[in-house]
Amino acid sequence: MKILSNIFYFYYDGFRSMTIGRTLWLIIAIKLIVIFAVLRVFFFQPTLHGSDEEKADQVRENLLRH
Amino acid sequence: MNDIVTTIDWSRAQFAMTAMYHWMFVPLTLGLGLVVAIMETIYARKKLDPKSAQADIDEWLDITKFWMRLFGINFAIGVATGIVLEFEFGTNWSNYSWFVGDIFGAPLAIEGIFAFFCESTFFAVMFFGWEKFSVRQHCAATWLTAFGASLSAWWILVANSWMQHPVGMDFDPDQMRNVMTSFTDVALSVTAVNKFCHVITSSWALGACFVISVCGWYLLKGRNTGFAFSSIKVAVIVGLVGIVGAMATGDSSAVGVSQDQPMKLAAMEGLYEGRRGTDLVAFGILNPSKKWNDDQDAMLMEIRLPKGLSILSRHDPNAFVPGIKDIIEGRDIIDGKEVNTVNYNERILRGRIAQKALRDYNQARECKDIVGMDKARDKLAKHYKFFGYGYLSKADDAIPSVSMTFYPFHIMVILGSWMLVFLIATVWIVFRRPRWTEYSIAGHPVFPWLAVISAPIAWICSQCGWIVAELGRQPWVIQDIMPVQAAVSSVGSGNVKLTFFIFLFLFSCLLLAEIGIMLNQIRNKK
Repeated sequence: MKILSNIFYFYYDGFRSMTIGRTLWLIIAIKLIVIFAVLRVFFFQPTLHGSDEEKADQVRENLLRH
Repeated sequence: MNDIVTTIDWSRAQFAMTAMYHWMFVPLTLGLGLVVAIMETIYARKKLDPKSAQADIDEWLDITKFWMRLFGINFAIGVATGIVLEFEFGTNWSNYSWFVGDIFGAPLAIEGIFAFFCESTFFAVMFFGWEKFSVRQHCAATWLTAFGASLSAWWILVANSWMQHPVGMDFDPDQMRNVMTSFTDVALSVTAVNKFCHVITSSWALGACFVISVCGWYLLKGRNTGFAFSSIKVAVIVGLVGIVGAMATGDSSAVGVSQDQPMKLAAMEGLYEGRRGTDLVAFGILNPSKKWNDDQDAMLMEIRLPKGLSILSRHDPNAFVPGIKDIIEGRDIIDGKEVNTVNYNERILRGRIAQKALRDYNQARECKDIVGMDKARDKLAKHYKFFGYGYLSKADDAIPSVSMTFYPFHIMVILGSWMLVFLIATVWIVFRRPRWTEYSIAGHPVFPWLAVISAPIAWICSQCGWIVAELGRQPWVIQDIMPVQAAVSSVGSGNVKLTFFIFLFLFSCLLLAEIGIMLNQIRNKK
């Protein structure tokens, strides 16, 4: 329990005493939101669907249709 | 058909753009991490030495903390910019992702799970732990952060190297994918080791040039000069070791490329017809109308180093180096003997036989015809080496853009050579002739200006290296096995175009934020 509390206060104190770090964390947060909540959800859905066997069939069809 | 071509082009452009932006941040993390670790080690030694003067200890603490802050800014802005590349694999390159996911995914997963978390843990200690850890523990955390960053790079480069030189795998027609047969062959291939050493050492040189560049600005402004000299003394040693290492590993990479990707080497040098004792083009202008099968000169003008390419690629001044025409016609001379390397028309034919065998296997499997499956599988295995050539309609399709390979290669070599000269001169100046830093021509101080431009030079050099590596291997996503047109997903080009511009905007904002925050920190240094 003492270890967990030490770890908690290590990060808590570290975050509280940040200066330039606050701006950087804001940038990181915005970046991650854009990447995961916008780009990933709306633009970057996997093209292959279904079970592994179904995915294999889709790739088989794509690669051998030439 | 046109939409597929457009999708391929936009997907390639998007991947190139995101990878190049990502590579703006990564080499600085790798290089500056080492510089900071060495600086903190100097601080720790002074702090632990009872004979050290307090001013000395304070100076090195200030130096360490300043460069660590810039390292942190770069790390924070650059983190997760590589994740979008993995999104692109799943959406734009789904055939590729499935086809080699079993092999390619493993190093990426290891990188994500192990190296990134290792790096991030010690990163927190670096920034939050000054008051909570001993000097030795903190210094160890800084070294482990730098080590973790290099470890991350190792796994990414293993994945990239495997695409350039696929080893340790077998194709399984039931799963329709390549499966890993030897993890050690993949993780420790000569290509991966060469690439890792080349990338890491060149990143050290880039990180060092960044430090020297910032210090050059302080010298120009006539402020923080003591800080600048002490920082340059550490950085220049790292830079010199880095650039010499990059040149040595570049040499071993060239030998590997000549064996595994001879077409890339020929494109790097604009070499159409091979000969014994091939010269190296030190500088040249390509003839843009030259075709591989005509008699025009390849160069409009050039400066050659006699027998340089034979020495570089085969470590023998009289060795034969095949040109594009020789490679397409399947000719090489190794150890004085003519060797048939299989001409490209034959490769295309064998690629089509492999693809037909795969179709036959699938039909036999549907009919549960075990004998037919075995027969088709044997035929596929026999010709699988040339599987990707089956997608090409003619030999010309296997030639990368010579100009997009030749010019970046020569820019890289020229700028790398300049960095070597500059770093040697800087060692001499800062350790032996510090007054020379004040030398001016027409009122412009020479050394500080050369120092300031060293960082952009290092970045251009580093980007050119990747352009050579990636454009030189076209049309292959996986060398000889899968060209880009087979790897791309069946998605509309509109979506890829849109996300291209979203990424362009997002990454430009990030880069501007990084530059702005860094400049602010540099300007406000007390």
